[in-house]
Order: sequence, then structure tokens, then C-alpha cells
Amino acid sequence: MLRFLLLAFSVVVFAHAELCKPDAQNAFKVRLSIKTALGDNAYAWDANEEYLFKAMVAFAMRRYSSKSTTQISNVLLCNVTDRVSFWFVVTDSAKNVTTVAGSEVEAAIRMNRNRINSAFLLSDKTLQFLKISSTIAPPVEPSTPVWLIVFGVVLCLTVAGIVFLIVTGIQRRKKQNKESSETEDLEEKCEVTVTIENGIPCETLDLKAGHINGVYAADDERFASL
Amino acid sequence: MEKSRPLWDNPLQFVFACISYAVGLGNVWRFPYLCQMYGGGGFLIPYFIMLVVEGMPLLYLELAVGQRMRRGSIGAWKMISPYLCGVGVASVVVSFFLSMYYNVINAWAFWYLFHSFQDPLPWASCPLNGNRTGDEAECARTSPTQYFWYRRTLNIAPSLEAAGALQWEQALCLTLAWLLVYLCILRGTESTGKVVYVTASLPYCVLIIYLIRGLTLHGAVNGLIYMFTPKLEQLANPKAWISAATQIFFSLGLGFGSLIAFASYNEPSNNCERHAVVVSLINSATSIFASIVTFSIYGFKATFNYESCMSKVILLLTNAFDLEEGSLTADNLGAVQGHLQAAHPQRYAELQPQLKNCSLEAELDTAVQGTGLAFIVYSEAIKNMEVPQLYSVLYFVMLLMLGIGSMLGNTAAILTPLTDSKFIASHLSKEVVSGLVCFINCIIGLIFTMEAGNYWFDIFNDYAATLSLLLIVLVETIAVCYVYGIRRFEKDLHTMIGHKPSWYWKVMWAFASPLLIISLFIFYITDYILTGTLQYQAWDAAQVNDD
Repeated sequence: MLRFLLLAFSVVVFAHAELCKPDAQNAFKVRLSIKTALGDNAYAWDANEEYLFKAMVAFAMRRYSSKSTTQISNVLLCNVTDRVSFWFVVTDSAKNVTTVAGSEVEAAIRMNRNRINSAFLLSDKTLQFLKISSTIAPPVEPSTPVWLIVFGVVLCLTVAGIVFLIVTGIQRRKKQNKESSETEDLEEKCEVTVTIENGIPCETLDLKAGHINGVYAADDERFASL
Repeated sequence: MEKSRPLWDNPLQFVFACISYAVGLGNVWRFPYLCQMYGGGGFLIPYFIMLVVEGMPLLYLELAVGQRMRRGSIGAWKMISPYLCGVGVASVVVSFFLSMYYNVINAWAFWYLFHSFQDPLPWASCPLNGNRTGDEAECARTSPTQYFWYRRTLNIAPSLEAAGALQWEQALCLTLAWLLVYLCILRGTESTGKVVYVTASLPYCVLIIYLIRGLTLHGAVNGLIYMFTPKLEQLANPKAWISAATQIFFSLGLGFGSLIAFASYNEPSNNCERHAVVVSLINSATSIFASIVTFSIYGFKATFNYESCMSKVILLLTNAFDLEEGSLTADNLGAVQGHLQAAHPQRYAELQPQLKNCSLEAELDTAVQGTGLAFIVYSEAIKNMEVPQLYSVLYFVMLLMLGIGSMLGNTAAILTPLTDSKFIASHLSKEVVSGLVCFINCIIGLIFTMEAGNYWFDIFNDYAATLSLLLIVLVETIAVCYVYGIRRFEKDLHTMIGHKPSWYWKVMWAFASPLLIISLFIFYITDYILTGTLQYQAWDAAQVNDD
């Protein structure tokens, strides 16, 4: 009886060893980088952590498919290294000595990745399932690109500055024009009075005998042109 | 009586305008490259010799001509001799070419500036690919900063012929850049005089901040040691001397007519000799200062990349051989690698192609100049600093100030002769002329915002101004010394500043500088002839490198 039990036990162990080995069918390699993630707060990887891992995988399988009756003893770990990497398979609880299809395990892990990560205080990058690629969350993008907003602000300021300068320039020039035409009027009035007060109206001086002095000919240059 | 010429409010505005114009992007992105290529600290020797022999005399000459003739370049040379107004026209044309393509750099600086207000910076990481399993292919092959520059900013075409579509984002930035330039030159010296206070001094503030930040960065010292170790054997290389001469020449912005234009708004009694010496010394000092900053940034970036490379190799080995985390460090890497190679030769051989040889020297040796340095290397260093948004904003504002300062000089060189001409001044007001010039330049500049635009930019950058300027300045020197007569020029200077120029200036003007320019000219012509078909570097999106 004892010998039979021993034989059965060794068969089971042997079968398990057959099921879980590197590159076995439906086996996955897991790699943890605990020191990278947690630094000084890193915990050591021991049998308890392995138990938790098996529990999480069983939990994932159960949560994925409500029909699943995976037990912790169905999850087999092997080849644990110092890196903290190991292989695992999930055996079918109903049928003996067969493994659950890899695609199912993959889907279950994918669905519950967050829960598994947080159980170990790790992230997608530090708890790697080597054949199961994770979808990376895209960066949050605001609805209006930020650069357009800043561009709009700078553009408005620049255009406002240009308009301001042009308008003040036009106003200044109009004021200058008005001032200079006022002074011109004033001087013209003086001229008119002078010529009359002189007694001799200017037109009479326009005699053919008269000699026009060339120095005063270019009279329009007397006033500063604008 | 003539309408009185607008003047600078005080001599300080004039000095700031000259500094703002001369200190441009070339000081930041060309001088450090030359320093690295031609012997590090030893390059300063030919640089200073050329400054004294070529830079200061020619600068003094242009400022004196402008101040004496009180006209823009066309008018000034016409007064020297009626047959020489062609020199002035040539200056205006070259300035026109320059302003066409130079403002595109300001557009790029605006683009990066606007994108600096995000967390994280858009060039910090690659965008994800279609099914969100990894980084986008083109970006993964190169680096995020290069991807952002070549794909997001330029959207570069594979070759010059494939012109591609107009990039509306770049076109918007270019329009904004021209509007800003218009705002600054709208009122002539009145507005320019106030703007140059900012554009001349702000870059120095930013450089000082970067110097302090740069020197405290991890690994900065590596870059500084690398740069300043003089490799004196490079002095025997004639290219070092030619590069020094060329750098001084183009850095001061001689021959464009901008210096003549600026000086024409001076009081006749302004001491342009002192100003010439001050401006050229400040320009050179800024180049050296900027290269200290650049090399501390280089050192930081190289050290960072080297350490990332080492980490990648360590991770690869740790994962492949399932070693304990943290057992492999940079120190014992060599020993452990040897051990692993001996113990598991087959597996190690499989890994061999992925194991890169990390070398700090190789990282430091990647000498970059031009837009590559300003937009790729610096942004890569910035993204790894703390509070990168702040440093990014500061840096691109500095680039903008440098660029706008140079643009002010360029547009002054075009506008001063135009507004001096009675024909134009009587029909159109100053604002309208400035507006027309900016508008025309903006429209033509849209070429550079197309997908192949960067190639056109490179062509213009390399060939638009080089030979023409050498010829213009040569003719200028010969005209002043031999056509106008150096005795007459001496007397004019005596009237203006109060003392005659010393024998040193006269010797430089009459013999040394013309000879130097002629030899530079001959060198460039022979170089063009010997090169044969001219080539340009294109970005290949499939292989993702410049080829």
C-alpha cells in the first residue's frame, strides 16, 4: 500500500516536472525586478511570495472564466532563479495531468494584470510575463493642443502691439500736419498784412523792370518738409 | 533744409544694437563645433589672431563709413564713389537673401517654445504605435528628440525633389515671427532702440543661468575637460586658421550693410573706434562663454547616454543569464562579461550582436553644429534635467532673442537704403515700406516650411552669403583705402572722433585684411571646384539616419 502511494506520488511529481519546465507547452516565464522597483523597501522572494503568486494566478483564472475551478495546487512553478525569474503552468483541475491552454491563461492574466501587479507592489515593467505583451496606456492629450493656445496668446499680443503703434503713428502725423498747416496759415497771414502795410501792394512790384532775386526764388524750401 | 535723420537715443542703444546683431545663433551653434573640431582650447589662438587682424579693423571700417556718410549702404558707397553704388546694392541683395531664410529659425524656436508648456515634454518619449504595444517604428530606431525634430517639426521629405505639402503649423509660426520682427522695426530706430535693450541682454541672463545649471549637472566636467584639452597639433592644420578667419568674418556680420545702417543713425561725434573694439571683444567673449555652456551640456548628455548604454547592457546580461539583480554593476561589468563568456560561450555568442560597446569618448566625439545642435542636442539634454519645462522655455526664448536681434540688423540693412531713397520715401511711409518688405519675405519664406524646406534652408545657409560677402567686404576695403583714399578717411575720422587712427589700423586696412580676404576667397573657390557635384544630407525615414 505504502509502495503504491509512493509510486503514485512520484508519478504525480514526475508528471508535474514534465508539465512545468522551461519552454514547455503552455508554460510562461515570469521575471520580477523587485530591487529596481522598490529599492530599499524590496522584499525577499521566498516560498510565501511564491504561494501568493500561485494564489493570484488561480484568482485570475477563476475571475476570467466563471466555470473555472482552478486551485492553488493547480499552479506549478519551477526553475526559480536568483534573478527572480521562473516558469509556471496551470494544470486543469478537471482533467488530470494536462495544462490549461496558453491562450486562456494569457487572457486571464491580461484581464487581471492590475490586480496581480498591485499584489506585489510592482508594475508592468517590473513584473514581466515574457510572452504576454501589455498594452501601454497612451499619454493624456488635451482636446486643444497646448501649443495653439500659447501661439494664440503671443499672436494677439503682437498684433495688438502693431495696431497700437500704427494708430499712434497716424495720430501723431495728423497732429503734426495740423500744427504745421496752422503755422503756415499764420505766416501767410503775416505776409499778407506785411505786404499791405508796406503801402505798396506786391503785385505792383512785379514789373518787368524789376529783377527777381534768385536767392529767394526757392521759397517753398523755407519750411521743413515732413 | 533736410529732414533730420532719426538718431539713437543714446550711444548705449547703438552698442546694444550692434551686439544684438553680431551675437547671433552662430556664436551658440557654430563656434563650439569649431572649437571641438580644431583642437579645443588651442583653437582660441588662431581665433584671437584673426579677431585682431581681421575682425576689429573691418568692423571699425564699416562703422566709420556709416557714421561719416550718414546713409544706408547704397547711399554711403555712392558718396564714396558714384561707380561704387553697386557694392551697396549687392549688400542689400545679400541681406534680402539672408532675411528670407533666417527667420525660419525663429519660427522653429517659436514652435519649440510653444511646445515647452507641456508635461511631459513632447520630445521626452516616443509616441506609441498603432496597436499600443510599443513605440512608433521610426522613433524607436532613432531617439525621441530626433523624431520630434525630423518628423513632428519639419515633417521632412526624403529628398529635395519631393517638395511635399506646406506645413501649416510651421507657416503659422513663420507668420508670427515676421509679425514680431515688423513690430520691432515699425518705427525705425525709435522702436528698434528700445527692443535691443531686451534682445541684447536677455541671452546673457539665460546663458548665465545655463552656466550655473550646466556646471552643476552630473558629467558636465567630462565635456569641459574634453573641450579645453588643447590639441595643439591641430594648429598646423590650415583648415583651423581658415575656419577661425571665416568664423570671425561671418560672426560679426560684415558686408551685409547692417553695421553701416546702424552707424548711420549715430551722432557724428560718436566714438566708433571704441565701440568697434568693444563690440568685437564682446562678440568673441560671448562665443567662448556659449561654448563653455554648450560643452557642459555635451558632457552631461554624453555621460547620461553612456550610463544608459551601460544600464541596457547590464539589464540584457542579467536577464539572459538570470543573475541576481544588482550583482552586475558598471565596475565589475568587464570581469563578469569575461567570466560569462568563458562559462557559457554559446549563449554569450548569441547575445554578442546586441551588446553594444559603450564608450564615453565616442559619445563626446559626436560633434554637431547648426540646427542639429540647437534643436536636437540641447532638447535632449533639457528633457533629462529637473523641471525641464522651465529650462526649455528659457532656452528657446534665448534662441528667439538671438535670432530676432540678428533679424533687426538684416531688415535695417534692407530698409535704411530704401527709406533713404527720395523716390520711395516720398510715395510710401516708413511703416508701409517695412510692412511690404516683411510681407514679401514672409511669402517667399513659406518655401522653407514645406516638407523639403529644410534642404532648401541648408542650401541657402551654406551658399547664399559666403562668397558674396567676401567679395563685398574686399571691394569695400579697397574702395575706402585706395579709391576714397586713406588720407581723406583719416581726416574724416579725426573730425568725427577727435584723433587720427593709429598706424595699426591703417596697416590692417590697407594690407593685412585685404590679403586675408583674398586668400579666403581663393580657398573657397578652389574648394568648390575641387568638390565637384555639391551634395546635401537627407533624412531617410526607413533607415533613420542622415546619409
